[in-house]
Amino acid sequence: MSALLEVRDLAMRFGGLLAVDGVSLSLGARQVLSMIGPNGAGKTTVFNCLTGFYRPSAGEILLDGEPIQGLPGHRIARKGIVRTFQNVRLFREMTALENLLVAQHRHLNTNFFAGLLKTPAFRRSERQALEFAHQWLERVGLADGANRLAGTLAYGQQRRLEIARCMMTRPRLLMLDEPAAGLNPRETEDLKALIGLLRDEHGLGVLLIEHDMPLVMGISDRIVVINQGRPLAEGTPAQIRCHPEVIKAYLGEA
Amino acid sequence: MPELYHYLQQLVNGLTVGSTYALIAIGYTMVYGIIGMINFAHGEVYMIASYVAFIAIAGLSMLGLDHLPLLMAAAFAASIVVASAYGYSIERLAYRPLRGGNRLIPLISAIGMSIFLQNEVLLAQDSRDKAIPSLLPGNLVIGESAMHGVVISWTQILIFAVILLVMLGLTLFISRSRLGRACRACAEDLKMAGLLGIDTHRIIALTFVIGAVLAAVAAVLLGLQYGVINPQMGFLAGIKAFTAAVLGGIGSIPGAMLGGLLLGVAEAFGADLFGDAYKDVVAFSLLVLVLLLRPTGILGRPEVEKV
Amino acid sequence: MSTRLRTALFSALLVLAVAWPVLGLKLTTVGIRLEVHNASPAMLWSIAAAALGMFCWQLGRDRLAALWSGAASRPAVPGRLKEVLSLPATQRWGLLALLVPALVWPFFASRGAVDLATLILIYAMLGLGLNIVVGLAGLLDLGYVGFYAVGAYTYALLSEYWGLGFWTCLPIAGAMAALFGFLLGFPVLRLRGDYLAIVTLGFGEIIRILLRNLTDVTGGPNGIGGIDKPTLFGLTFERRAAEGLQTFHGFFGLPYDSADKVIFLYLIALALVLLTLFVINRLLRMPIGRAWEALREDEIACRALGLNPTVIKLSAFTLGACFAGFAGSFFAARQGLVTPESFSFIESAVILAIVVLGGMGSQLGVILAAVVMILLPELMREFSEYRMLLFGALLVLMMVWRPQGLLPMQRPHLELKS
Repeated sequence: MSALLEVRDLAMRFGGLLAVDGVSLSLGARQVLSMIGPNGAGKTTVFNCLTGFYRPSAGEILLDGEPIQGLPGHRIARKGIVRTFQNVRLFREMTALENLLVAQHRHLNTNFFAGLLKTPAFRRSERQALEFAHQWLERVGLADGANRLAGTLAYGQQRRLEIARCMMTRPRLLMLDEPAAGLNPRETEDLKALIGLLRDEHGLGVLLIEHDMPLVMGISDRIVVINQGRPLAEGTPAQIRCHPEVIKAYLGEA
Repeated sequence: MPELYHYLQQLVNGLTVGSTYALIAIGYTMVYGIIGMINFAHGEVYMIASYVAFIAIAGLSMLGLDHLPLLMAAAFAASIVVASAYGYSIERLAYRPLRGGNRLIPLISAIGMSIFLQNEVLLAQDSRDKAIPSLLPGNLVIGESAMHGVVISWTQILIFAVILLVMLGLTLFISRSRLGRACRACAEDLKMAGLLGIDTHRIIALTFVIGAVLAAVAAVLLGLQYGVINPQMGFLAGIKAFTAAVLGGIGSIPGAMLGGLLLGVAEAFGADLFGDAYKDVVAFSLLVLVLLLRPTGILGRPEVEKV
Repeated sequence: MSTRLRTALFSALLVLAVAWPVLGLKLTTVGIRLEVHNASPAMLWSIAAAALGMFCWQLGRDRLAALWSGAASRPAVPGRLKEVLSLPATQRWGLLALLVPALVWPFFASRGAVDLATLILIYAMLGLGLNIVVGLAGLLDLGYVGFYAVGAYTYALLSEYWGLGFWTCLPIAGAMAALFGFLLGFPVLRLRGDYLAIVTLGFGEIIRILLRNLTDVTGGPNGIGGIDKPTLFGLTFERRAAEGLQTFHGFFGLPYDSADKVIFLYLIALALVLLTLFVINRLLRMPIGRAWEALREDEIACRALGLNPTVIKLSAFTLGACFAGFAGSFFAARQGLVTPESFSFIESAVILAIVVLGGMGSQLGVILAAVVMILLPELMREFSEYRMLLFGALLVLMMVWRPQGLLPMQRPHLELKS
């Protein structure tokens, strides 16, 4: 049985710079895998390779055993990998609800004539989309802000909306790029609960980039440490906590 | 070997036109390299420069000062000064007030500018073709005779010489001078360059002016070669030069030079093959083909998106 | 010398360098010689005045600006009005209110006025179609007239060679234009937006060159004439019907009136505009309309969510082209004659100016802009040579001062009812 996501020897080169080198990851469904490491270690570059924004220079990326490296971003997203961004990327001039509807585009009745004539099938599809969106707005505590423009929501709300928007695509693997950045402790707690819910109740695999150590240690099933583009260590939170190499990289040599 | 001569002749003609395309294309490519936008009014700057060159030449001839080097110098000087003024004004009026907004907006304002300039000349100078006799008559014949050989006019030789000099000068300016270095820094990262104390407004204006100067040089040279101008000429020249810039890889100066030459040659052979009326169709088809097969152009760097 | 004086001097010289050689000197062909003459004294004086004016303005601009800002602090009441005017509902009611007079009016107006109104409606339709591409999807299409030409020639050729009628050809013309849009958009829309502008610009020109040079098929510069007018369920509006047809006035037992034909054409144009309006209004509320908006805002996020940007842009581009095709075939039917020169870049510029003036994305605005842009040149015939000059200036000024257009429209938001 193959893992949900299997990354082997991923490398990404920009001109003379080897930003990512020899990174391997393995992640099953209902698992949270965190990538940690200093700023500039290449974590986001790994994300960009996995989601098709960069074409990796070498290595293999398998989703359920199927190679996906080099596919364009939207094709990868359709196979079930969606992501959030380090700096929130919402459609700011659209309402929260519309953000969620856009993300369901592929699942909607996009037949031109059906939409033009408002056929029953079209109405049904729109209604289901609205219901699904509403369900998730409630789940992330944004039901009151549904009709507000996304750009006017508070920062923590925007973060949650971005996750809800990902869920609209019915993903199998969710990738979160520093979701706790800029959140207060309470919001971080909520986020932790949300990630747990996504894993346990929706059976998602979650790949997480995060600097907030309590969150990472509390939620991760496994952790990969990356330093200067290369994998430094891998293991359970307990193993990573007392891994000598990791301590050295983070604290410097004592 | 009449066949071979024929093709060589086409090659020479293509290179002549192509090298002037290259000059105009550099204007597009430099502006694009720095602000990431097409200067739609660039073709009109070229057209206006041609008028100024003709005015200078005709004016001096009327005064009886028809000494060839003097005429040439006056044509170059006048058209360069006026074209620079236009390049600078276009940037100030149609680009600078709109910086930082929706990308569509400066594009539309530049199109408006282009329509405005074309009609300004149309109204002031009327729409009829204006012609001057060749200033540099005479040919160089390589081969047995004009029929069995390659004919290169002295004008063409002058064009090659001047363009070579200008390109050399530009390359030195960009690579060696302080301002050239600032230009390169801005092309790399405009915001960062601004933070490091480079006056980016000035550098952007400078690239518009450099582009205009090169277009003026091209205008004088092509004016000598063809001897005919009209207010509509800027439109097509602009499209052609832009095609050349894309062909070579937009943002890259050597690319624009190469793209110009290639386009000129392709056009010459295309016209030979399909007839003169389809010359422009060839250029355009080439553009679509390049975009289809290699969107970054021949020497362009692939863009890395900042996610 | 102070900096301000230097700036002022520089600006004044700039005005001189820009204006004097081109406006103050005139090239004239005398025999075979080219001569330079001074332009009219009035022109020379105005150049000098402009330079002087620039000089003074640059010297005193700070003081003037201070004066201006003091005077310009107006109350914010128009803000409310602007808000209400830009609501989709307001604009919808505005359009409906216009509809009744638009239907009744031609029966009382002069023939020439109705004819002009038909022309305005054609441009309104073109403006609405281009607005899908530019306003809704944010793609700059400078060769829109190319698709207009495809539509017009589709009808002209089908009518000329196969004798097909207008109503058969209308959908075919739309489909042909859409096909051209699809084939052109497919390679180009994958790339950065600016390429599209220049490729479409080239495309518009190429279509014209082809139409002019494929003389055997298109009649070259002379074009195709004698194109049939539309019929009403087989009833023609001509004085005498071709064999197998009946005339409108004969069928209803009315006296022949040549104005009937003009009114009928007007009504068809009105129907086509209404159809366009209906489609656009639905599009705004369909998934594809939302996707256009999302794509305009953040293409990267769209891709990360599995939306294919190329397909979404292509749908807008193709749809816009399709409407140009409809408008083109109607244009051919109205004129009875198509020539390549009806489809020059100027036309694209006029249509773009209509979209920009009306407000990108706004329906009512585009229709009003079409009225202004077509009516004004007709009313000011004596200034007709300045028409394009003013268009150009208008585009620049609109972009600098009011890029959202005269009558912008907010997108209708989908509301969740609790």
